[in-house]
Amino acid sequence: MSLNLSLLEVCYLIASVTFVIGLKMMSNPKTARRGNLIGAVGMAVAIFGTIFLHDTEVPMLIYGLIGAAIIIGTIVGWLTAKRVAMTKMPELVSLFNGMGGACAALISLIEYPHMMHETGAMIAVLAGLVIGSVSFSGSMIAFLKLNGTLNKALRLPAYNIINTLIMAGLVIWVVLMIVMPGFDSTIFLYLLFFFALLYGVLFVVPIGGADMPVVISLLNSFTGLAAAFGGFLYGNKAMLTGGILVGSAGTLLTLVMCKAMNRPLSNVIFGAFGGGSASAVSGGDNGGSVKDIGTADLAVLMNYSKKVIIVPGYGLAVAQAQHVIHEIELLLESRGVEVKYAIHPVAGRMPGHMNVLLAESSVDYGKLMEMDEINPEFANTDVVLIVGANDVVNPAAKSDPSSPIYGMPILEVDQATHVIVNKRSMNAGYAGIDNPLFYDPKTSMLFGDAKTALTSLANELKAL
Amino acid sequence: MEQILFYLNDHMDMIYFIVLSVFVGIEVIGKVPTVLHTPLMSGANAIHGVVIVGAIYVMLHLKTDDYAGLVLGFLAVLLGTLNVVGGFVVTDRMLEMFKKKN
Repeated sequence: MSLNLSLLEVCYLIASVTFVIGLKMMSNPKTARRGNLIGAVGMAVAIFGTIFLHDTEVPMLIYGLIGAAIIIGTIVGWLTAKRVAMTKMPELVSLFNGMGGACAALISLIEYPHMMHETGAMIAVLAGLVIGSVSFSGSMIAFLKLNGTLNKALRLPAYNIINTLIMAGLVIWVVLMIVMPGFDSTIFLYLLFFFALLYGVLFVVPIGGADMPVVISLLNSFTGLAAAFGGFLYGNKAMLTGGILVGSAGTLLTLVMCKAMNRPLSNVIFGAFGGGSASAVSGGDNGGSVKDIGTADLAVLMNYSKKVIIVPGYGLAVAQAQHVIHEIELLLESRGVEVKYAIHPVAGRMPGHMNVLLAESSVDYGKLMEMDEINPEFANTDVVLIVGANDVVNPAAKSDPSSPIYGMPILEVDQATHVIVNKRSMNAGYAGIDNPLFYDPKTSMLFGDAKTALTSLANELKAL
Repeated sequence: MEQILFYLNDHMDMIYFIVLSVFVGIEVIGKVPTVLHTPLMSGANAIHGVVIVGAIYVMLHLKTDDYAGLVLGFLAVLLGTLNVVGGFVVTDRMLEMFKKKN
């Protein structure tokens, strides 16, 4: 082995180790940022090693193209990532994930005509193509859904059967391309590519918006798998470690998210959730009237409470109200009121989404309570202020077996003395389910955009 | 069948490597607190951007008259870079916010 190639192997070893250490460090808030940086350094070592350490004679044209692609990609990626609003993070993760999937699929498209058609290599190339394409088109649909362009869950009749048939078809197709002589021409490759893309679309389209985090996490692990197949093809250890780590991490994370929603993964993929089924809205007219409350009254109520718990949801993020809520927290604390935040595991659009947002406005870590810790505390709480959250506080999850979210663990806010719900309107939440909490006699509604309503509340508090 | 078995046998080292990596992945991720799930997903997303290494490798071995290959390869490297750079920068931005209060 030449000196260059030996050095390259060392680069890949360094990259593999940094990926493991980086991910490990990301499991602790104190070291997380450094962990990410270490991973990035390892990635740079792998990329530059690949470009410069080899024995092949490479024409300037190709070096130029690689350089141009990397420079353009770096500038665009960097600026997009720096400029995007905190609320748009989940969409962006989905978008970048799709790029990785597309990259894996393109590698297979280029490699296919040049390679020897031996079984192992064929499996790696075709699997990389299929998984990469599904991940790409699926991520694009998830991106469009999160960003609101594709709002409704679209369902073809018998979509489950159609999807399963296409998936089985893809597998059979791959097997045929490998074992049947004459079935391996490039035309069949492009058809396979097309149907894999189509499958990605059909796979994500019927899934409701509320489940997108689970889907993104799943597609994330798909892309990892596609990268790993590439690594298998080239015997490239950096691609293998990186891909497999993400594959297993993504799968685990997906399962953790499903667990937080108390639903098996199969239910997310094949189930009827967020599609506005008949039972989903049946609670709509049995609850009677809703009460509303003004900010002046609410300020007085909160000012003379002993304990207030704030439940943030995606509405808070959309309205960019995380700074105002922190201001209210400080005002109340200065009056001797105990304030805590109750964070549901799937609040917002991704697990941990609310923590990221509240950290942005310097809310103290110690005040962010997870569901199991805070649930027993609601009973001795005077006021619960729910800002832009809906499904995670819906008591139907506990009491109504016909509800699509029945069984999902919720924040038991109805144990508190007063429940204040800030919402823009009476529209149902992301999952499209009506919420009996709003009709509870203890509940008062504070209608309006979270930022406007909370700013007004903060002013009323200051005036007291 | 036989062919597959021989293939597996020839690549036994690689297969051990894969199996052990799966366990490393599960172990490393297993203890992450909920707070860090979003940044972790984002960080993992950046790491699978390592697929760009494959794209560069393919490009290096192309002939200059393989125009279709060059176009697809250019796209692959570009998209891979977006995945890597965007992924790491977004993760860094998320984690930056956690730093202040420590």
